[in-house]
Amino acid sequence: MSAHKIAKSLFLTAAALLTIPGLVTGQQMESHMGKLTGHADSGKQLYFRFCWGCHGFRGDGSGENWLATGNYPTQPYLNIQPRNFDAAVFKCRSTPTGTLPTDEDLYNSVGRGFVMTNMPSWISITNQQRADLVAFIKSFSPRFKSEKPGDPIKVPAEPKVTVESIKHGQELFQKLECWKCHGPEGRGDGPSASTLTDSNDQPIRPYNFAVGSRFKCGATNHDLYKIFMTGLDGTPMPSFADVIKPEDGWDLVHFLRTLQVTNKSPELALWESTKEGAEQIASRKIHGTPTGSGINQ
Amino acid sequence: MRLKVIVITLGLPLISFVALLSARPDGGGISGKVTYEGTPAKPKAIDMSKEPSCAKQHTTPITTETVVTGPGNSLENVVVYISAGAPDDSAPSQPATFDQKGCQYIPHVLAFQVNQPLKVVNDDQTSHNIHPLAKINREWNKSQPPGTPPILDKYDKPEFIPVKCNVHPWMHGTFAVLKNSHYAVSGNDGSFRLPNLPAGKYTVTAWHEAYGEQTQEVTISGSEAKNITFVFKAKPY
Repeated sequence: MSAHKIAKSLFLTAAALLTIPGLVTGQQMESHMGKLTGHADSGKQLYFRFCWGCHGFRGDGSGENWLATGNYPTQPYLNIQPRNFDAAVFKCRSTPTGTLPTDEDLYNSVGRGFVMTNMPSWISITNQQRADLVAFIKSFSPRFKSEKPGDPIKVPAEPKVTVESIKHGQELFQKLECWKCHGPEGRGDGPSASTLTDSNDQPIRPYNFAVGSRFKCGATNHDLYKIFMTGLDGTPMPSFADVIKPEDGWDLVHFLRTLQVTNKSPELALWESTKEGAEQIASRKIHGTPTGSGINQ
Repeated sequence: MRLKVIVITLGLPLISFVALLSARPDGGGISGKVTYEGTPAKPKAIDMSKEPSCAKQHTTPITTETVVTGPGNSLENVVVYISAGAPDDSAPSQPATFDQKGCQYIPHVLAFQVNQPLKVVNDDQTSHNIHPLAKINREWNKSQPPGTPPILDKYDKPEFIPVKCNVHPWMHGTFAVLKNSHYAVSGNDGSFRLPNLPAGKYTVTAWHEAYGEQTQEVTISGSEAKNITFVFKAKPY
């Protein structure tokens, strides 16, 4: 081996070692959504500027904002642990439970942020930068090299909102026992609510439908339908894909909109125009805050 | 050409002789007992009053199954398996069944092989969600309302996976996904049997969900039947 070749191979080894934390060997991680292609090396710069304070140097969700420090030695600054990218378990996906999300799912999550958590909506950076971040985030887990994302679940066209659809959704809410966690009025105060923990054994609250208009994984009916069918992996929210029919899913979506009593949706307006619906909505006094405090459990 | 024929005629009996040796049905085995020393924590009572359809299925008080003991300090629900020394087996096609009945998991610890079909059944009149908290395998979480078909799945890597139902916080179980067919879960008398082990050197591991893991090296010569015991230190909490 010539001196030149040795120098070159030494340089390459050093370069490979420097590629922490992904320890990316072989090809550079990329992300693809539509016409956008994200690159992990660009994403790395952004990650260590914007993300690592919470998600940590190793992407394991143990950044300094999570670790107990300073004036509050017993309590971390954040009340919900940031996502651990090493585990590659993600809440918001278009893919079945237990499978990896698509690049677009991760891209949407970064742009959307997570309502009721400390994860903001990263619309302050460009689309290209978000795509680069997705490529880098994927390098934390070896799963993205060995596994493919799941096949996105099919979302059929939404049928028209009718009173029958809302009523049937209400029956399903009872029958599928959504109320056990989410509460009979969807306020996140069901009998099991106070016992829930996520997959890191951290306490977690069921979603309170009565506040706001957004959900964890989006604001549209389409997003809500997906949440039923994919589940929110890493949380107590299971997938219903194997147990409910597509039309049942839409009926549930329509009913859940009527639980959002402060959000003027077509579903709420229609439900309020019926006698039963008007009485039900009137009886629901608003209480609680978006963070969930002030809710009796 | 002639050489090939000779090789085949000589080779066939040799191969069948080797095959006979390794498939000897009356091979050796390891059996024994799992016990504890010290004072285990008292099982906690489970209050199922929030789930009447389950509560009424039980006539005797229900307690947590984290530590289940039997007569003579015996320890139940310990997975005893060959962790080294035995080749990986191909999975049986017979599914391992995990039943939800009376808001309890039956069995509390289910051992099965990598790539063996897993079948999760709901025999209750209430919705359960099955949430195996896998770290090495894929984590999934599915709802299973009453009367819905069994959930079928399999795991492709060995792992001890805690299983829970988020709706009923007292429901905890374990999937023990193992590499070969040489395993047993100790019964109420603490006994276990690992039959049909050819002669060789084995590492036997005993795993308990609260008391951790122990290993022993066991050498079997011929069709020897070895007897071993595992003693776990009980923690009072």
